[in-house]
Amino acid sequence: MEYYLQLFINGLVVGSIYSLVALGFVIIYKATKVVNFAQGELVMVGAYICFSLTVQFHIPFVWAFVLTLAFSVLLGLAIERMVLRPLIGEEHISVIMVTIGMSSVLKSLVQLFWGTQIRVYPQVLPSEPFVIAGLPIAPVYIAAFVLSGVLFAIFSAFFKYSRIGIAMRATAFDQQAAQSMGIGIKNIFAMSWCIACIVSAVGGVILGNINGINSQLGHLGLKVFPAVILGGLDSLLGAALGGLIIGVLENVCDGAARQLLGLGGFREVAAFVILVVILMIKPYGLFGTKEIERV
Amino acid sequence: MLGKCGLFFTSYRGEAQVFQSCFQKLMVGLLILALLAAPFALNVYMTSVMNLIFIAVIGAVSLNLLTGVCGQISLGHGAFIGVGAYVAGQCTLHGVPFLLAILAAGLITAMVGMVFGVPSLRLKGIYLAIATLAAQLVLEYVFLHGGELTGGSNGLLLEPPNILGFSFDSEARMYFLLFFFAAAALLVVSNIMRTKYGRAFISIRDFYLSAEIVGVNLFWYKLVAFGVSSFMAGVAGGLWAHYTGYISGEQFNIGLSISYLAMIIIGGMGSVIGSVFGAIFVVLLPEVLNMLANGLGGFFPDISHYLVALREGVFGMVLILFLVFEPEGLAHRWRLIKAYWKLYPFAH
Repeated sequence: MEYYLQLFINGLVVGSIYSLVALGFVIIYKATKVVNFAQGELVMVGAYICFSLTVQFHIPFVWAFVLTLAFSVLLGLAIERMVLRPLIGEEHISVIMVTIGMSSVLKSLVQLFWGTQIRVYPQVLPSEPFVIAGLPIAPVYIAAFVLSGVLFAIFSAFFKYSRIGIAMRATAFDQQAAQSMGIGIKNIFAMSWCIACIVSAVGGVILGNINGINSQLGHLGLKVFPAVILGGLDSLLGAALGGLIIGVLENVCDGAARQLLGLGGFREVAAFVILVVILMIKPYGLFGTKEIERV
Repeated sequence: MLGKCGLFFTSYRGEAQVFQSCFQKLMVGLLILALLAAPFALNVYMTSVMNLIFIAVIGAVSLNLLTGVCGQISLGHGAFIGVGAYVAGQCTLHGVPFLLAILAAGLITAMVGMVFGVPSLRLKGIYLAIATLAAQLVLEYVFLHGGELTGGSNGLLLEPPNILGFSFDSEARMYFLLFFFAAAALLVVSNIMRTKYGRAFISIRDFYLSAEIVGVNLFWYKLVAFGVSSFMAGVAGGLWAHYTGYISGEQFNIGLSISYLAMIIIGGMGSVIGSVFGAIFVVLLPEVLNMLANGLGGFFPDISHYLVALREGVFGMVLILFLVFEPEGLAHRWRLIKAYWKLYPFAH
């Protein structure tokens, strides 16, 4: 039993990272209806920038973190302006492929600058574990969990109460109507990419503190799909819960497959098997908006 | 239909012809002759590149039928090619003749493709893309953990193809075999596009609701599109497996699916000739980069070190540039070039 409890806790930690990445994904999808296949690469770039500032330029971690966020804003602006804006109104496949192309470019840039080996962050948080319910849990994990909770709360409030947040939701609902109410659609798009980049960078920095980073980090971006599909593509709450649930299910399934069936490496696909099942039963997820078409 | 200036049809049959004018038939005939003569003039390296292009053409044209013509996005095409490779490999390892093995590869891949195509009735656009992404990753896992069936991470070793005792054991011999299959694939897809099925596919792509209202059975036609496309993917996989003589799970990863999608985007969605251009472009891109790297090796001694990363970056960059500046692909550029030379030296 303890084995499964440990798996459950690990799942929650991994899941909170998924939630963060999924949050960025959902923010972009909600406002611009762009499916971002480069989400994992945005996480990776954020992680590498922060790494490079702290380790290679010897800037204190807090300032490095702030600089990373500033860089993410610029990255988001650049991506939106140069890559996504020319494709407004194009078909799904073009937009998907352009984000896939972007992920290749970002991955290759990271490899050119930092190589492919694993890089380890300097120790920021203390390493003695807390003990919760008899299980030792490292402070980094708790920080990850709390931080993703906080970010989720901030963005929920942002979308619900702030002017810009409401404008973003209006844009997502109907671009033409929003534009005729005086909302600058292009600014909204740029803003949502900035926010997504920031959230991803935070995720990247947390991940770097947990595991270290390497150039394969981008694979994380694929794990986002089960999470967002489970939660519903355009729901923030869905992204947060979906990430946690997928993280837990993935770890528990992997553990069960290892123990009961002797199958190794099931973790990689468990989430996608779940994904297929969700798509069959409930394609719009737990909290997603159902598309209803009438003729 | 894109009619040509100065070309008049007096019957619907004439308008639906694949090659419409005598000049076009002449040029295609000359091209086929040139391609048949090519292996006698090319060296081994260039023949091998041509062989890779032929295999890529089969894969690209099949994906173009599904994605470009029928509008069903598939991120799992690489895995379907893998299924074909493993099926054909297992068949020939168990003594089945090569051509039958290729047929079996096609049929079984078609079945697998149709199974993963079933959700396409309910799922559209990005949901379908994500479902096929899941198919890709699940199949990849099966390739790597399939035990005896797939050889696991060791892969399978295969003999060169053998038809009625004639072994295709050199690049030049493979060239003719692959050329035959690639030409057949192009002919099949061109002909599908002018039948009832092809028109149904196009109507589904353009607007599925209208298609259903005019009597197109969405489920059946989408399933057929998945089936035919996967059949050809399976054939491409079987040929590829026997061409390289070795199959491993890593060959058929998500990167392969992406590069096939890139081929049809760079070439031109929904265009047969575009699939050919795209396949040529994507196969030649790394070769050209290699050549450049060798050429520049004198100036930048470290360049080979960065080549893998550079290759991926250039690939992504090309994809983005095409989508932004030439969304209709090389097929569109080709039409412009033809129109230019047709009226040369007058602009209009």
